Amino acid sequence: MEKYSGFGLLKHALSYHENWQRAWRNPTPKKKYDVVIVGGGGHGLATAYYLAKEHHITNIAVVEKGYLGGGNTARNTTIVRSNYLWDESSHLYEHAMKLWEGLSQDLNYNVMFSQRGVLNLGHTLQDMRDIQRRVSANRLNGIDSEVLDTQQVADIVPIMDCSPNTRYPVLGASWQPRAGVARHDAVAWGYARAADQLGVDLIQQCEVVDILTEDGAAVGVETRQHGTIKADRIGCVVAGNSSVLAKMAGFNLPLESHPLQALVSEPIKPILDTVVMSNHVHGYVSQSDKGDLVIGAGIDGYNGYGQRGSYGTIEHTIQAIVELFPIFSRVRMNRQWGGIVDTCPDACPIISDTPVENLFFNCGWGTGGFKATPGSGHVFAATLAKGEAHELARPFSMFRFHDGALIDEHGAAGVAH
Amino acid sequence: MFSIYCPYCEEHREEEEFHAKGQAHIARPRDPESCSDKEWGEYLYFRDNPRGLHHELWVHAAGCRKFFNITRDTQNYEIKETYKIEAEPRITATQAQ
Ligand SMILES: Cc1cc2nc3c(=O)[nH]c(=O)nc-3n(C[C@H](O)[C@H](O)[C@H](O)COP(=O)(O)OP(=O)(O)OC[C@H]3O[C@@H](n4cnc5c(N)ncnc54)[C@H](O)[C@@H]3O)c2cc1C
Ligand SMILES: [Zn+2]
Repeated sequence: MEKYSGFGLLKHALSYHENWQRAWRNPTPKKKYDVVIVGGGGHGLATAYYLAKEHHITNIAVVEKGYLGGGNTARNTTIVRSNYLWDESSHLYEHAMKLWEGLSQDLNYNVMFSQRGVLNLGHTLQDMRDIQRRVSANRLNGIDSEVLDTQQVADIVPIMDCSPNTRYPVLGASWQPRAGVARHDAVAWGYARAADQLGVDLIQQCEVVDILTEDGAAVGVETRQHGTIKADRIGCVVAGNSSVLAKMAGFNLPLESHPLQALVSEPIKPILDTVVMSNHVHGYVSQSDKGDLVIGAGIDGYNGYGQRGSYGTIEHTIQAIVELFPIFSRVRMNRQWGGIVDTCPDACPIISDTPVENLFFNCGWGTGGFKATPGSGHVFAATLAKGEAHELARPFSMFRFHDGALIDEHGAAGVAH
Repeated sequence: MFSIYCPYCEEHREEEEFHAKGQAHIARPRDPESCSDKEWGEYLYFRDNPRGLHHELWVHAAGCRKFFNITRDTQNYEIKETYKIEAEPRITATQAQ
């Protein structure tokens, strides 16, 4: 595989960029693999990459029903941060953050990780107390995190209405300078290319319709397009479709699948150089490198697999955004879409073994798993390789919903992000 | 945007008046004290979450404030029926197959 570099760019310019190699192969599946990963989103592809790179298991297939990264990976608003409240989750997200910081080099693929900082606004006294608490917890965990007052917020985002006259005045914010955004597609493509290079078979247009078991252990998957594919171990990383896959194997998960929507405006000149999120009025916005405002809405309350939600949900979000940024009131919106997010009762993921032997699930990331992509793949790879949970994954077992050891991150994850 | 028929108001109203409350017909264990942790956990947290027909609890929050049930397809969002809280669904997944 050819290495991407500035020199390569120059060289290919001479042949009008017509001779670039394909980024990955398009193999026909083998009869059997050591590990089959179901779901070719960012998390599944990252899992395959780290399995091959760090655990030297290369006889792997990633089986994807659509195209790589076409699920929530391609539909999210790309906010990356690690300022979660509890030790378990902040360790996991910070693990991901450290991997983000070297990811473009590691993958030899520009994932456009931009540490432009994230503000989580507070609009009430209680918001500010919660922010104080969360920031203090972050600092104890070695995560960069600060409490800002109204003036400091106004200095960072001069176009935001920070006056006391708004319905929900900005009283301050938490600020994580190392947080930011990344290019979602590039993350999927970068992991795909790097995994393919290590010998992983990426099999697109291949839907898993059944999980085959023998004596309570998973032995393979039945696919619509390529029949049976056997595997010693199976990792399901299918986000909103996790309950469907679990049902194939005969158990339920503590998940509900909901539509989550986002929208982007027409491209405008650079005006917002950081990320602004607000739990209280429920909206979040950043500006992409192309110039469009990227705005995320909340989940729709009903269960849905339709990759679309109700119009009223977007309307509420836009009301909040326009209240915060009156200057955006006449910006025209370009596109709007939905993903299916797998929400978990404690707003934390599930990285876990299951009632079926050799079958593992990585799911429940709900509205906020993009930021965790490298860390999630990294710890899930270790979990699949050893057959037991990686240290950072251990608290996230699905069985915590039996023994009650929940990790309540509704405060830090309150706004869909 | 859904137009939802409230079986108590006996009228179609806009979705904005309602809140979805998740899976319907979840029976509270008769004797919680005698449940194992697993049984209690499954009651509290584990859900069917089907891709297809779903019986779900809704509340007419900005209307009569009563709880009722909807049978809805979670793929195309089509509402098949709405029925009162104590009633059984007439349309079920096994029938549909
Ligand atoms: C609108 C929106 C905004 C968001 N904003 C943010 C944000 O700002 N920050 C953040 O951190 N997170 C955000 N998220 C959440 C984030 O997108 C997800 O948590 C994350 O991308 C999940 O990645 P994944 O690889 O697990 O899932 P996906 O990318 O959804 O991949 C799962 C894959 O499994 C495949 N699949 C499903 N069923 C089968 C089957 N039977 N057989 C084979 N393949 C199957 C799907 O086709 C899909 O490609 C947002 C999500 C949405 C929808
Ligand atoms: Zn009513």
